[in-house]
Amino acid sequence: MSAILIAEQVLNGLQFGVMLFLMAAGLTLIFGVMGLINLAHGSLYMVGAFAAAAVAGATGSFVLGLGAALAAAAAAGVLIEMLVIRRLYRAAHLDQVLATFALILIFSEGTRWVFGSFPLYLDIPAALSGPVSLPGGILYPAYRLALIAAGLAVAAGLWWLTARTRVGIQIRAGADDREMIAALGVDIRRLYTLVFALGAALAGLAGALVGAIQSVQVGMGEPVLILAFVVIVIGGIGSIKGAFIGALLVGLTDTLGGIFLPELFKLFMAPDTATQAGSALASMAIYILMSAVLIWRPTGLYGARPA
Amino acid sequence: MSDAILRVSGLHKAFGAVRATEDVSLDLRPGEIHAIIGPNGAGKSTLIAQICGTLRPDAGQVLLTGRDVTGLGAPQRAALGLGRTFQVSQLAMEDSAFENVLLGAVGASGRPWRVWGAAARDAGLVARAEAALARVGLSDVAAMRTSALSHGQRRLLEVAVALTLDPRAFVMDEPMAGLGAEGSARLTAFLAELKREAPILLVEHDMDAVFALADRISVLVYGRVIATGTVAEIRASAAVRDAYLGHDA
Amino acid sequence: MIEERWIGWAMLAGLVALPLWAMAAGEPFTITLVTRAVILALAAAGLNIALGIGGLVSLGHAVFFGIGGYAMGILAHHAQSYTAMNLIGLEVPGTKLMPVIWLVAVTVSAVVAWVIGKLTLRTSGVYFIMATLAFGQMFYYFAISWSAYGGEDGLPIYVRNSFPGLNTLVPIQFFALCLALLCAALFITARLRAAPFGLALNAARQSPERARAVGLDPARLRLAAFVLSGAITGLAGALFADLNRFVSPTMFSWQLSGELIVLVIIGGVGRLYGPVVGACLFVALEHWLGGLTDYWHVALGAILLGIVLFARGGLIGLLTGKEGAHV
Repeated sequence: MSAILIAEQVLNGLQFGVMLFLMAAGLTLIFGVMGLINLAHGSLYMVGAFAAAAVAGATGSFVLGLGAALAAAAAAGVLIEMLVIRRLYRAAHLDQVLATFALILIFSEGTRWVFGSFPLYLDIPAALSGPVSLPGGILYPAYRLALIAAGLAVAAGLWWLTARTRVGIQIRAGADDREMIAALGVDIRRLYTLVFALGAALAGLAGALVGAIQSVQVGMGEPVLILAFVVIVIGGIGSIKGAFIGALLVGLTDTLGGIFLPELFKLFMAPDTATQAGSALASMAIYILMSAVLIWRPTGLYGARPA
Repeated sequence: MSDAILRVSGLHKAFGAVRATEDVSLDLRPGEIHAIIGPNGAGKSTLIAQICGTLRPDAGQVLLTGRDVTGLGAPQRAALGLGRTFQVSQLAMEDSAFENVLLGAVGASGRPWRVWGAAARDAGLVARAEAALARVGLSDVAAMRTSALSHGQRRLLEVAVALTLDPRAFVMDEPMAGLGAEGSARLTAFLAELKREAPILLVEHDMDAVFALADRISVLVYGRVIATGTVAEIRASAAVRDAYLGHDA
Repeated sequence: MIEERWIGWAMLAGLVALPLWAMAAGEPFTITLVTRAVILALAAAGLNIALGIGGLVSLGHAVFFGIGGYAMGILAHHAQSYTAMNLIGLEVPGTKLMPVIWLVAVTVSAVVAWVIGKLTLRTSGVYFIMATLAFGQMFYYFAISWSAYGGEDGLPIYVRNSFPGLNTLVPIQFFALCLALLCAALFITARLRAAPFGLALNAARQSPERARAVGLDPARLRLAAFVLSGAITGLAGALFADLNRFVSPTMFSWQLSGELIVLVIIGGVGRLYGPVVGACLFVALEHWLGGLTDYWHVALGAILLGIVLFARGGLIGLLTGKEGAHV
């Protein structure tokens, strides 16, 4: 196995990881600030992908498609926040699970109704369609490299937003003490809607960006949502940093595990069995990682630990 | 001193830079009520949590009837004879008052794993539960849903649940809170009797009740015990007046 | 207002009468439909022990449903192909006998529930929800990648398994078997709830601090409830696979985990007959609405939102006029 292949797989893992981060960051912010578990976050990812595919398909412009994804996901986010989610902030987790599960049903069937059951395709923009040669003789798809860059840029932007801006201070204060932030005269309802829209837009962005390398179809959001949950269990609820580290860990473990575990098993097994056993174990690798974190640190790597 | 039912020695607990409990030592002797008083934020709740086993101290020891229970959790300490009441009522609010004391009886029986016979038809459990309810005068509301009880009745139910355990020592966190003058007086009279069965470590804000009930008082300020003594000694102590009583009075 | 007990009895009476009528009228499909409702009710009754009494919002109960399904699928597959299973060097034949299949389904589900419970019950609240959902997905992907037993395509079983003394190929007889198991599960739940264990578990859900203060360990109570809950849902999975004569990775899907919670909630969480009412309502909706439109999930979603936002006690809550389950 060559160094080039390894480097490529590490880049693939990073790319997967930063996209998971876009999902997990929104989820963890929404949980951290409003105390809400949102199963419908995967639907917002799907909304972004469909909006991007539809608009890019109609106009031929990937950038317009991206803009549409952000706008559609944020709008959908604001809509469900004002109609449904707002009533759930003080509700039990069970109610949150049920109501957002209901939203998944509505979003999925609604999308199927509008767009049909066949997948849509979103083309990679021409400027990014070729490979790039990296130092060391690695040829890597430019678009995937752009995804990594975009993900890192969003991570940096989120860090700046939460650490350095007025809104960020309100968000962090809101997470710690709702009464205090209300007493400071901040309109808490507007802050919540804003945070929810931000999380929705991040999910929509992820959906659109990933939509160009996968098919865009109903049900695409939930597997990503569940992986984002794994990320949050590993990283700890409410922590952007935890979401980032967790996302990279999950992305790298899943990608590298899928490649290397079968190879590893071939060292002491027949090739056939090794491929089977290796890929079966690889499909479980991230959950084993999650189990290890649950045993070692039940509230995640960066989650608030009970005193 | 050696016959103390409950003994705490050299207890330390810090949250980051905040020292919530600093070198606290105290004991609870048979037949007494030992009150812990102190201003808000003095670390009373943190201390109670460490004594009852819901919070692990950084250093120090908790001994129950001479046995080191520092490493044990709350359920084991309860099983060894520590009965507690909470500052904010912790009850099964959807269940009836009777079911709450029945729960205490189940806990006291040490046999919660029985999955067949109905708990409410087990004569032993029922007798223990009914006796506890009767002692605090709640027999009339036994069938009422706990969430429908008045605040004062819930405070008494807390005490009744602790009674079902027949504990060796009680730890009561502000049992008088929100009771009103009449309820407070009734509970004061009851506790004055109860201490003969098992001594009571009492955290209380109601100074009238403390001065009426306590055999000894410890004053906790900023996580430290600044004085321990009889009611008269504490009343007379200049240090206590400066640190605490002076502010309120 | 109607007493909960009567709703339950009426429900069970209906579950006996409807298939008998269908048999007389020569409508075997209706019997299959009711059998489906009964099996889903059994699965939900299992979940109700963890969710309703224990307060554990498990979003991964499809794991046990799927394990029950695959226990049936794998055993019957080996029996019908006359091959032996290789269990760490030990040759074990398959079987078509339901009691044996059920025993395997229940045992394996219980063991897996113990492991998942041990891991996830170290957390609580939303961590628990996310972690159970994740473990469900793990089994889903594992089943897809397990090509020896059909992988993504699943595993067909040609003839329904047998039960001594009955002809399970006759729809009404298989239905009676499923109904008997449902009644047994409800009976166990009712006894359990009134027993010291149920009292303790129920109190630990409402106030873990209170349970600890009387010497009870909420974590151990919850683990026991989770194991029992998983075992019952696993049994339902074995029956479900037998009803369809087919098992596939979709039995492990997160949608199914979500639907099981939905069944419990629309009936009324923590109520003895909640799962029965919920499953019957769900199958009826699925049948009628699904016949009217392909997009019936939109309607289901809307109904569910309505229940969460406006009718907290589920259908039984509406009928009895009482929101809470434990009165």
